[in-house]
Amino acid sequence: MPILQVEGLSHSYGDRAVLRNLSLEIAAGESVALLGPNGSGKSTLLRLVAGLLAPTSGRVTLDGSPAAAGRSEVGIVFQDPRLLPWRTVLRNVTLPLELAGEPLVTARPTAAAALTRVGAGELLERNPAEISGGERGRAALARAMVRTPSLLLLDEPFAALDAITRARLDDELPELVAGAATLLVTHDVAEALLVADRVLMLGADGAIALEVPGLRSIPPVERRAALLSPDGATRQARLYAALDQVAHA
Amino acid sequence: MRRLSQLTPFALAALLLAAWEFGVRVAAVPQFILPAPSVIAMRFAEAWADGTMLRHLAPTVIEVTIGGLLGGALGLLIGVPLGLSGSARRVISPYLVAAQSTPILALGPVLVLWLGPGLAAKVAVCALITLFPVAISTLVAVRDVDTGTLELMRSLGASRWQTLRYARLPAARSGILAGARVAATLAVVGAIVGEWLGGTSGLGVLLNLARGSLFDTPLLFADLLQIAIVGVSAYGFVLLIERLTSRRIA
Repeated sequence: MPILQVEGLSHSYGDRAVLRNLSLEIAAGESVALLGPNGSGKSTLLRLVAGLLAPTSGRVTLDGSPAAAGRSEVGIVFQDPRLLPWRTVLRNVTLPLELAGEPLVTARPTAAAALTRVGAGELLERNPAEISGGERGRAALARAMVRTPSLLLLDEPFAALDAITRARLDDELPELVAGAATLLVTHDVAEALLVADRVLMLGADGAIALEVPGLRSIPPVERRAALLSPDGATRQARLYAALDQVAHA
Repeated sequence: MRRLSQLTPFALAALLLAAWEFGVRVAAVPQFILPAPSVIAMRFAEAWADGTMLRHLAPTVIEVTIGGLLGGALGLLIGVPLGLSGSARRVISPYLVAAQSTPILALGPVLVLWLGPGLAAKVAVCALITLFPVAISTLVAVRDVDTGTLELMRSLGASRWQTLRYARLPAARSGILAGARVAATLAVVGAIVGEWLGGTSGLGVLLNLARGSLFDTPLLFADLLQIAIVGVSAYGFVLLIERLTSRRIA
């Protein structure tokens, strides 16, 4: 059974329809990237899946039951890290556990382990204002993963980072998510191919227009090279062409 | 540079005092109009030595403390629900503004009528005058929390109470304390005004005594100095709370 099932999903803001009759499925542990130009409804889809928005029509089923805000099976990383500035990095990551009623005594080691897993184990007692953008991105990822969700929603989480930091996180992401299924929305073709098993293109009509296999199954050290191989270049070219078509439709 | 900027306020004060002292002496200004700083300082010391100042300071400090804390607490209790609920805001805010627009001096006689000329009326004046800035700053700070933070809390399944405790109140902290700073100095104004409405002791009463029956202008100025010290201390108290709550608040 798929972990996420989206059926005939439509959503409008007033008169403006952003998603029309969109359907997709994500299997457990699978990583899917959703590509589309700005304003195409990518972030809206993530909010619908996270239960933060109610769809105009259609259905979102998570692990067999309807989507709702705050479900522990879902972790979400927003475009900006949204770390609470009055809490240390560690206490930002303990927050989801505290809200679920877990005492700090047990929440702390769990959060520290999540931070260590995403390569931010040395930041525990730092304040969000004192760390770099990349480190904040890692902390936000650790917060999303601290309840060990089965589905991780990523809303262009590295979009604001410099190219080098972003490339590094893109390279690491498939291993960092530790078995969770992921739905990444992005407008970066290379990023989508690097982190996903499947790359979907959101068409101008608000439904899936194209599907291209991603490179996630390739071992990490060879992934960048695969992106530049003739096969990888062809996949990129197809996606760029489709993206261009959607943007100018 | 840092040491220089720390010294400057004191240097400026010394310069102003010196100019005041010099000007008063050169122009031979009568003492009952404007006493020299040195005369005021001596009268201040004298009033402390003979117990006059302490006798009048104690009730004022009590009024400011009780009235300020009461007004601040009520301001928080009113401001938080108004910050959370748009409909409560629409219903209650006009009354809050109307209450604040009524001059506290005009309200004073009514309070004395109801509560008597004792401590209660003065505390009430203090509380009323501090309530408004705290309530309004709390309302605004609790209402205007970053929408991204609120969405994060929702995505984590936080209840309304958890969102208030973990996000809204910590985020609103500096806004609330800005209102409390204003309120702290107003609390002193409230106490003095309350004392003018009746009573036998307090720094406000001493002002009237020094100006009227005693005709002691140096004492009047010494009293003003004491009132300023109380005001600065009240302000300092809020700064202390700011410092104490600046770390690990939620």
